[in-house]
Amino acid sequence: MNAVELHRVSKTYAKGTVTAVTDVSFAVKRGELFGLIGPDGAGKTSIFRVLATLLLADSGTAYIDGFDVVKDYKHIREIIGYMPGRFSLYQDLTVEENLNFFATLFGTSVEENRDLINDIYVQLEPFKDRRAGKLSGGMKQKLALCCALVHRPSVLLLDEPTTGVDPVSRKEFWAMLTRLKEQGISILVSTPYMDEARLCDRIALMQSGRIMSVDTPDGIIAEFNTPLFGARATNMYLLQRSLLADPRVETCYTFGEELHLTFVNGSADAIDGVVASMLDAGHTDVSISSIRPTIEDCFIRLMAQ
Amino acid sequence: MKQLYTFVRKEFLHVLRDKKTLLILFGLPVVQILIFGFALTNEVKHATVFVRDDAHDDASRALIERIDASQVFDVVFNGPANLDLIIPSGFANDLSHNGHASVQIITDASDPNRATTLSTYLTAIIADHQLDLSEMQGIPYLIRTTTRFTYNPQLKGAPNFVPGVMALVLMLVCVMMTSISIVREKELGTMEILLVSPFKPMMVIVAKVIPYLLLSIVNIISILLLSVFVLGLPINGSIPLLFSMSILFIITSLALGVLVSTIAATQQVAMLVSMMGMLLPTLLFSGFMFPIENMPLPLQLISNAIPAKWYYNIVKAVMIKGLGMDAIMKEAAILLGMSVLLTAISVRRFKVRLA
Repeated sequence: MNAVELHRVSKTYAKGTVTAVTDVSFAVKRGELFGLIGPDGAGKTSIFRVLATLLLADSGTAYIDGFDVVKDYKHIREIIGYMPGRFSLYQDLTVEENLNFFATLFGTSVEENRDLINDIYVQLEPFKDRRAGKLSGGMKQKLALCCALVHRPSVLLLDEPTTGVDPVSRKEFWAMLTRLKEQGISILVSTPYMDEARLCDRIALMQSGRIMSVDTPDGIIAEFNTPLFGARATNMYLLQRSLLADPRVETCYTFGEELHLTFVNGSADAIDGVVASMLDAGHTDVSISSIRPTIEDCFIRLMAQ
Repeated sequence: MKQLYTFVRKEFLHVLRDKKTLLILFGLPVVQILIFGFALTNEVKHATVFVRDDAHDDASRALIERIDASQVFDVVFNGPANLDLIIPSGFANDLSHNGHASVQIITDASDPNRATTLSTYLTAIIADHQLDLSEMQGIPYLIRTTTRFTYNPQLKGAPNFVPGVMALVLMLVCVMMTSISIVREKELGTMEILLVSPFKPMMVIVAKVIPYLLLSIVNIISILLLSVFVLGLPINGSIPLLFSMSILFIITSLALGVLVSTIAATQQVAMLVSMMGMLLPTLLFSGFMFPIENMPLPLQLISNAIPAKWYYNIVKAVMIKGLGMDAIMKEAAILLGMSVLLTAISVRRFKVRLA
């Protein structure tokens, strides 16, 4: 039995005028860390709310641990841990008060599941008398995760837990998720950060309410079936213009400090010719080399299709 | 049960940690009682009467002394005054020879209520004076009217406004504060987590209203203490009856508060709806500021839908007139009906999901 299952789920808002999710199907296996990757507005939050029994889908069915999100919503509310996209704890209560409140609400106590949340809790402990509203962004998310975990859920739904969090805290947060997975908790997590996708067992790439691809990160990268190259020159902006004008170049986009490009005939044969014509066009320090595609490259390629 | 206790405790923490809420909650009843008791009063005390005495005789002087001796009026002979009294020349002569004399009262009717009150008082004093004169001379066939102002012989304002303030404060605390505190959870996103927890949505409502029920009772106690010890207004009826009726009204208002929270999406909207939709009608239609009997029929009918009107009548009957349960059966039944209906509607409307 899968931890999470969606079958052809669609959801619209404002009486059908705004489409959020169209015909989405995927499954999260038991004990899997599954990532929902996509930009803002891709429909990630709507999927989470349907799964968390907070919204009814227009069509399609969804199951958590085999329970229907519509019919068995009461039972599902006992077995999931849900962390909404924005910080949803009581800002005027202290860290400890928040934690105890949610523990009691879920019919348990912090002590009972101390082993599960201990990793996170030791980091929060120095601030336990601080009001939640006065915590840093990273600490807030750790507290929210603690609150979502305190009743030892079987499935954890985390909606963009690392958005607005500094890189160090993001790294720590993902390390925690990996440890939770080892404890047997199935996790569905969404993120707009492509670099976090590699940390998942499997990912679904989402765009405009549709799923473009579902696979392991390596599998997704393997689907990138044409050689990819990185290009540099002194003036990157002008280089991109010249490359896009070259008939041998298929795509060319900025990626960090480089330009990523693919060639029309796919192979690396064109490199020397293209470098030569770039130098002719007045570019200096031109270099083009073969590189390994990342998830983001795959995403950009899928979006263009 | 432990969940409910923790939830209620959390609600109290919210209230206690928010200085503004605390101030509204406990400052409001005190301020309202003091303002209505001492500032916004329509009782007449020490109004000035400018007297132009053209007669200068014994009869006119006796009349002026009598007016000056009353609590209500201070006689002045120059400067601006609230009321003018003109006694024509030959006043004593007319009185003793013709058997009747006239005086003129001039009032400033730009405030009609005050003008009427003042001229009524002055006329009454003059009538009293005339009566004494008649008795001295032993004229027969006189009809003497004796008016007795029951329940409030001194015509004080407090018996009218204390029940009004009670209705107003309870309405404000229960409807506005409750709806805001529920809508705040929606706005901050914490409602999502509450809904996703095994804690029943029905219990969320219960946990939300309990603190405000208790705080409202504290408010009633403070209003009653103020009115007894500061305004000198005794509670004539049964205190348990007064409290049980107040709790009935509080439950009605809390149900209204929950209803408002199911309509409003933001705290501002909740506040506006409670202010315009609940407070204003309470002021207008409870009978506390404007007599309902004088309103056109459609407005009178509307006033029946305002819970505060019935509560106001109950408090007046129990607290001021000292009446028992049998006198307020109708009002109590209507309030009970309203609370059951409103609770049913708001519980039905309270969603177990987000949309």
